[in-house]
Amino acid sequence: MQIYLPIAELPISVLMVLGLSGAVGFISGLFGVGGGFLLTPLLIFLDIPPAVAVATVAAQVAGSSMTGVLTYLRRKALDLKLGGVLVSGGIVGTVLGVLFFNTMRRLGQLELVITLSYVTLFSIIGGLMLYDALRAMLRVRAGKPARRKRRGGMHPWWMGLPMRMRFHRSGLYCSVVPIALLAVVIGFIGAVLGVGGGFILVPGLIYFFRIPPAVVVGTSLFQILVTMTGATVLHAVTNQSVDIVLATLLLLGGVIGAQFGGRAARNLNVESFRMLLALLILSVGMRFAIELFIPPSDPFSVVVPESAR
Amino acid sequence: MRRFLALLAFLPIALAAATARAETLIAAMSSHRVQITSNYTGSQLTVFGLVERDGRTVARGDPYDIIITVRGPRRMLLVRQKERVGPIWINRTQRRFPDSPVFLHVASSRPISAMMSEEAAQRDRIGLANAERTAGNWIDLDPGSARFRDSLVRIMQSKDLYGYDERGVTFLSNALFSAPVDIPATAPTGSYTVDILLYAGGVPLARQQTSFEVIKTGIEQRLASGAYDWSLLYGLMTVLMALFLGWGASVVFRRD
Repeated sequence: MQIYLPIAELPISVLMVLGLSGAVGFISGLFGVGGGFLLTPLLIFLDIPPAVAVATVAAQVAGSSMTGVLTYLRRKALDLKLGGVLVSGGIVGTVLGVLFFNTMRRLGQLELVITLSYVTLFSIIGGLMLYDALRAMLRVRAGKPARRKRRGGMHPWWMGLPMRMRFHRSGLYCSVVPIALLAVVIGFIGAVLGVGGGFILVPGLIYFFRIPPAVVVGTSLFQILVTMTGATVLHAVTNQSVDIVLATLLLLGGVIGAQFGGRAARNLNVESFRMLLALLILSVGMRFAIELFIPPSDPFSVVVPESAR
Repeated sequence: MRRFLALLAFLPIALAAATARAETLIAAMSSHRVQITSNYTGSQLTVFGLVERDGRTVARGDPYDIIITVRGPRRMLLVRQKERVGPIWINRTQRRFPDSPVFLHVASSRPISAMMSEEAAQRDRIGLANAERTAGNWIDLDPGSARFRDSLVRIMQSKDLYGYDERGVTFLSNALFSAPVDIPATAPTGSYTVDILLYAGGVPLARQQTSFEVIKTGIEQRLASGAYDWSLLYGLMTVLMALFLGWGASVVFRRD
């Protein structure tokens, strides 16, 4: 069954979109990432104009993170205070990112910047996470605890910076400065790459601030919900590229998939959770690396600029 | 205005037809409007035409040849070429093809190469590669230009937006012909022109122009214009719908 998308201006198979968004929604619920970094490239692969894909995925990510936020809120696995700090830092980063985005577009190198950032970012983050997960697994094999016990008073230096704040839900007493800085970086990357940034935020909060994964996922989803709600409205107002029909289809599949993903997350142990997320991120990085390093089958490409009405 | 100018251009031919008793062409479309609805997956139109002659028309030894060129809305097209820089492949060079049709289909009653010489085809702008010869970058200024132009035609052909059917025009009788025009679902909305040319023995005898438009109707049209005219409201509605669906799912699936 095909349906014509009014903004993307092409027909698409309803079942395929539902299946695709269901699968991505499952992953999104499982890992607490928005899923935008998977969905956007997939939609572009299906011939949806890139601007429409980025803008519409923002709406879909907002909706599916709403489901997650409510679930984690009920389970009290969401730190609203930490979320508030992340959101305010994220806004600053988004503004900086949009400025950088427009500068690069003027210079005509936006596509290269995006591909290069995908490759480096995903390879580094995925690689680090995989290394860490493997090391923990080996330690378990050797009969030792998965990671060294944290002793009281043994905190990384950045947690002791000024403006310390207590985050009860996360069991964290830490300076606001590094958290806000992380949020600025994520907002920046999110605006440039058109992703929510959950895939950086989740490992960031786990590794740098040692916040329990259960709380990290809920809080990350909250930050994504706020950013993507704003992004959808901004995209709709500035470039009219949000396709409401496509967004509805993506959401129907996505929210259902996210429910099952969230349920599966409870039955998954922490180590395999890290390993799977690492492999997923690494494979997306590889996919972009192939595009960059392998000689293209057709060096030429045609760009039809977005219809100017 | 454009149409009026086009008509003016054909005036001499029409006048010539009146005096020298050459053939006249009569053409009609099966429809002048392709409507995009929510289950639209492309469309097919048919061009019908008649070569009209009367008792005083000169007898011709050569058969009639028909060439139909359909041009869609014009945009600036960009062709980019990837080149190797160090270990990576990036888009290095690009050519602009301003004011080029996003849709271009040519159909003829027999292969154009059999109808006329390559020079004549270039002169009369016949065939996919020649149809836009007046537009910038479509002429071979240098060998590089030709490469970009050929790539443009090849890639657009693979998307079904450009095409050449060398036997797309069928003569139903000596004088009556028809040709199907396939509009893929990805063809842009806007107005399309259809040029019909009559040749015999490599000589142009008559031409006729008609047109059709591709438009969104019903809910598709309302959503698209809403996105432009009330963009803030549209954005807020989309977000509310998204949040509502998200909330709905958490209610439906709630177990704990």
